[in-house]
Amino acid sequence: MVAAVMSATESRGLRRRNWLTNVNAWLLLLPAIVLLATFTHYPILATLYHSFFSLGRSGPAAFVGLDNYSYMLDDDVFWQVLRNNVIFALATVPTSIALALLMAVWVDKKIAGRSFLRLAFFTPTVLPMIAVANIWLFFYTPGYGLLDQFLKMIGLSGHNWLGDPATVMTALSVMVVWKEAGFFMIFYLAALQTIPPDLKEAAAVEGAGRWYFFRRITLPLLMPTTLFVSINALINSFKLVDQLVIMTKGGPNNASSLLLYYIYEVAFTFWDTTYAATLTVTLITILAAVALTKFIYLDRRIHYQ
Amino acid sequence: MSEIVVNAVSKSWGGVGGVDRVSFKAEAGTLLVLLGPSGCGKSTTLRLIAGLEEIESGHITIGGRDVTHLSPAERRISMVFQSYALFPHLSVAENIIFGLKVRRVGRAERDERLKKVADIVGLSQLLDRKPSQLSGGQRQRVALGRAIIAEAAVCLMDEPLSNLDAKLRHEMRTEIRSLQQRLGMTMVYVTHDQTEAMTMADRVILMRDGQIEQNGAPHELYNQPASDFAARFIGTPPMNIISWRDDTSLGVRPEHITLDDHDGVSATIKAVEYLGADSIIICDVKGETVAVRQSGYCSVTTGTKVNLGWQNRHVHLFEKNSGKRREGGLPQ
Repeated sequence: MVAAVMSATESRGLRRRNWLTNVNAWLLLLPAIVLLATFTHYPILATLYHSFFSLGRSGPAAFVGLDNYSYMLDDDVFWQVLRNNVIFALATVPTSIALALLMAVWVDKKIAGRSFLRLAFFTPTVLPMIAVANIWLFFYTPGYGLLDQFLKMIGLSGHNWLGDPATVMTALSVMVVWKEAGFFMIFYLAALQTIPPDLKEAAAVEGAGRWYFFRRITLPLLMPTTLFVSINALINSFKLVDQLVIMTKGGPNNASSLLLYYIYEVAFTFWDTTYAATLTVTLITILAAVALTKFIYLDRRIHYQ
Repeated sequence: MSEIVVNAVSKSWGGVGGVDRVSFKAEAGTLLVLLGPSGCGKSTTLRLIAGLEEIESGHITIGGRDVTHLSPAERRISMVFQSYALFPHLSVAENIIFGLKVRRVGRAERDERLKKVADIVGLSQLLDRKPSQLSGGQRQRVALGRAIIAEAAVCLMDEPLSNLDAKLRHEMRTEIRSLQQRLGMTMVYVTHDQTEAMTMADRVILMRDGQIEQNGAPHELYNQPASDFAARFIGTPPMNIISWRDDTSLGVRPEHITLDDHDGVSATIKAVEYLGADSIIICDVKGETVAVRQSGYCSVTTGTKVNLGWQNRHVHLFEKNSGKRREGGLPQ
């Protein structure tokens, strides 16, 4: 009897302590939860919700099911900006990664002016995209822009780089690579410095040349960084559209428009908010798929130290 | 044969760890230990032999071939690093055959040699593991396997056992020594642990501040230390060195001192360390500490006055200023 009472009090005490621990934990999580829910989770769900409704300019919004999505699939501009975005990603992601790796390997060596070089490579990252776009707008200006002046010097005539559908994507890609590569270089540089120098010495004793060592040891050990950087670069290629606002407004004839910029146009120029919601859900799905590929598939195939 | 000759080799960094005109010779098929405290230049010497550092002046030959300006690979050596330097993303097997792959040895021969080496170092069951899945001792064996699969006549070891626990260190010590003898390798082995040096070496080179303090067989270093530094560095506990005359210090090993009842130097017992097989009695002699080794358990209480005695043939004399050994026995 006494024992039963004792154990009852004990378990009540235990439950109370557990409850307090839980409350404590939730209170600690509260600020993050509020911010995430208000600015991330709720907007995603609201967007998803709106993508199933009509615009309701004349009267209340009606549930239209997947009508908005079938409209999207018939929208030529949507397919064009999606294609543009894929081309843009293919052009910028591998290039900026390769360039970042090259720069990192270079400034990891003991060379004169190493700190200066590192700073120089990193500077474009510090600049806001708006500023970068304005600088490069001057480079590409037909006639008196830096590029044309240079071409004139070697006897070539001027060209409207941003006004020609054939060159506008290349021109924008070059600029984005210039801006992004320095940022990714920092990650590679950090990763290179975690590789113990005696691995290189051990390989040298075994007769491995510099290229062999780089291919067989350095590159595999940099794979976690490469993965991280490539996912970020890929997401950035869908996310970063400031340059379009400054330089081309998606033109000429949507030749340089990207998915996010098209969403912006649809939402705030045409005020078709439900169609913008539909496009946004599509964009989020693409980005989520990219992230899931990393977490589920690629992480297992890479050596983490 | 693959003897190593180091001739007046210098390397400096303007700080600690450099070496200054070091010369010695490692006979083919023997184990030479470079011994000394940290910063004495022993690792630098090894790295100079390996070709991982550039020589400022002097010459190194391996097997009669001048290798002074050759790359590490051209010197035909193998090396075990203190950190093991295993490639973390490669399996045990891949780590061991790394050098064979570099040198494009055919697959059949590679597999055969891997099997043989894995048997020797006892890793046959673990060939598919990654280094991170191995214990410290197993990693050490992988590094060893990678060194011996090259079948190089010269093997260099940079403090290979310093990351292991005491029991494992003792085991590996014996194993490395027997491996060296079985394969007939010329081995240069760097350590700061005098026990390792004494138990493994054919020849010990004791270094200090970038120079050779003494070069000799283990028993020579123990019985005829060339300086008070060598006398203090070798032996546990080290040799007792007390001032004797104005210009001379007197050294005597703890096991050569006896506790007498009436004759000898008077001392006070400060502490007793019981080690099992013997006890170390720490005594105070006019402000200087003297250790005495007694076999078995010793039940003396601290504070007791005792007399210490030794025989003249066990006495070593050192010049006080230079620390150099003074030959000739004790003047009566």
